[in-house]
Amino acid sequence: MNSKITDYIIEKIIFLCGIIAIVFVVLIFGFLLKEGFAFFKEYGVFNFIFGKYWYPSSNPASYGVFSLIIGSLLVTLGAAIIAVPFGIMTALFIAELAPKGIRDILKSIVELMAAIPSVVLGFVGMVTLVPLVRSILDIPTGLTAFSGSIVLGFMAMPTIVSISEDAIRSVPWQYKEGAFALGATKWQTIRRVVLKAAMPGIIAAVMLGIGRVIGETMAVLMVTGNAAAIPTSIFDPVRTLTATIAAEMGETVRGGLHYRALFGIGLVLFTITFLINFIADLFLNKKK
Amino acid sequence: MVDKIKVENLSCFYSGKQVLKNLSLTVKANEILSIIGPSNSGKTSFLRTLNRMNDMNVYFSRKGNIFLDDDNIFDMNPEKLRTRIGMLFAMPIPLPMSIYDNIAYAPRVLGLKNKKNMDEVVEQSLRDASLWDEVKDRLNSSAIKMSGGQQQRLCIARILAIEPEVILFDEPCSGLDPISTAKVEEAMLKLKEKYTIVLVTNNVKQASRVGTRTAFFLMGELIEIDKTQNMFLTPKNKTTEDYITGRFG
Repeated sequence: MNSKITDYIIEKIIFLCGIIAIVFVVLIFGFLLKEGFAFFKEYGVFNFIFGKYWYPSSNPASYGVFSLIIGSLLVTLGAAIIAVPFGIMTALFIAELAPKGIRDILKSIVELMAAIPSVVLGFVGMVTLVPLVRSILDIPTGLTAFSGSIVLGFMAMPTIVSISEDAIRSVPWQYKEGAFALGATKWQTIRRVVLKAAMPGIIAAVMLGIGRVIGETMAVLMVTGNAAAIPTSIFDPVRTLTATIAAEMGETVRGGLHYRALFGIGLVLFTITFLINFIADLFLNKKK
Repeated sequence: MVDKIKVENLSCFYSGKQVLKNLSLTVKANEILSIIGPSNSGKTSFLRTLNRMNDMNVYFSRKGNIFLDDDNIFDMNPEKLRTRIGMLFAMPIPLPMSIYDNIAYAPRVLGLKNKKNMDEVVEQSLRDASLWDEVKDRLNSSAIKMSGGQQQRLCIARILAIEPEVILFDEPCSGLDPISTAKVEEAMLKLKEKYTIVLVTNNVKQASRVGTRTAFFLMGELIEIDKTQNMFLTPKNKTTEDYITGRFG
């Protein structure tokens, strides 16, 4: 009887915790929607998304986030191009090729990378990478989308590496043995069996990595130059959606148009992340 | 009959511990050589040495030689060797792809590109593995969904697709029900006409049903090897008799 009561209580506590998490998410989302939609009503969705100029403090103020969206996408794309191949190959090396001693060292280093706070990465990027980019490429400023991509690529790598490595490692060894027994070489086995079987996990790793990149704020704020203009190349300064919210939230009037515009940006960000997750999900389910 | 595989004074070690002791035997062309013996008698180690699967184990070392048609297998390229000596494992492990792709996998790796030839290879392999009639209408469905016995025959077909000379069976029926087992055995007997087979089995009766000759291993030593009939009717060695009559093991 006693144990039944304990069971009951613990069950309810777990239930409560789960429900609270859901309720919070719904509340946050609702708040975002409320403020965002209030802004859309006043300013117009089309003007907001496709407006070229983000001048919140001029008169009349203009709140076009097109350049910010391009900035975010450009930096994210650059980071993905850097981090995805690097990350997957590192994961393969750690999981399949590295001798045991090296594997353990590499794993701890990758985990250590994940533990570096983003503001530290941004700071290091600002004082080392930015001048380097400027002098090597001989451009007016090193604060560019390119620098942002490198720093963010560096940040996405640990996520991609450690989750892909788990996925690669959880491929049953019998698959590999079966392929070897058919006369496949190590590389053929990795390419056609291991990678194929681990693909859903690798895609999930990439999506999580990209998710981290697109939501990242501090590091990009520090190295991308924060110019709210549509970039003509990856070597131009850009400003991202996240950096705008972080930099301007402190100077807005609560309930004002500018304040609500920032919530509008939040909604745009949310939509992009949601789309990425949704596409990833579609892809994962198709694989099965 | 011709000797297909000749094993000379083979000793194997894992981390220095000896698991096979100075083994010498031959496998004749187009026979099924059954290897029986209790656990830890070195049967599987022997099998995995024959196609050099043990090479990937860093703790493994060996002495002695094995010849496949007069070529020393330890001088050969291991991948090349494994296309001549195929191996089937105890647990059938279909690759996570369709039935067709499972069989086409190895020929593709080895460079067969023509779609029509591939279709022929797939059909012939499935026929030889006595599986064609059961799956011909669903070659594109996932191999993971097949029954255990079908999966095991699929794995046989997969090996046949690379046209090996020798096939090693490592306890192929240990996870199968009697009917599936009978089907796999039927496939084996059919395969004997084209291939040479080495079968490791824990099932003494299976050895008596399909083996042309039978070898009895105990603690890493070859105790007795003879025609299956002779061994089961009049074993020369007392321990062999005890084992096959079920007194131990």
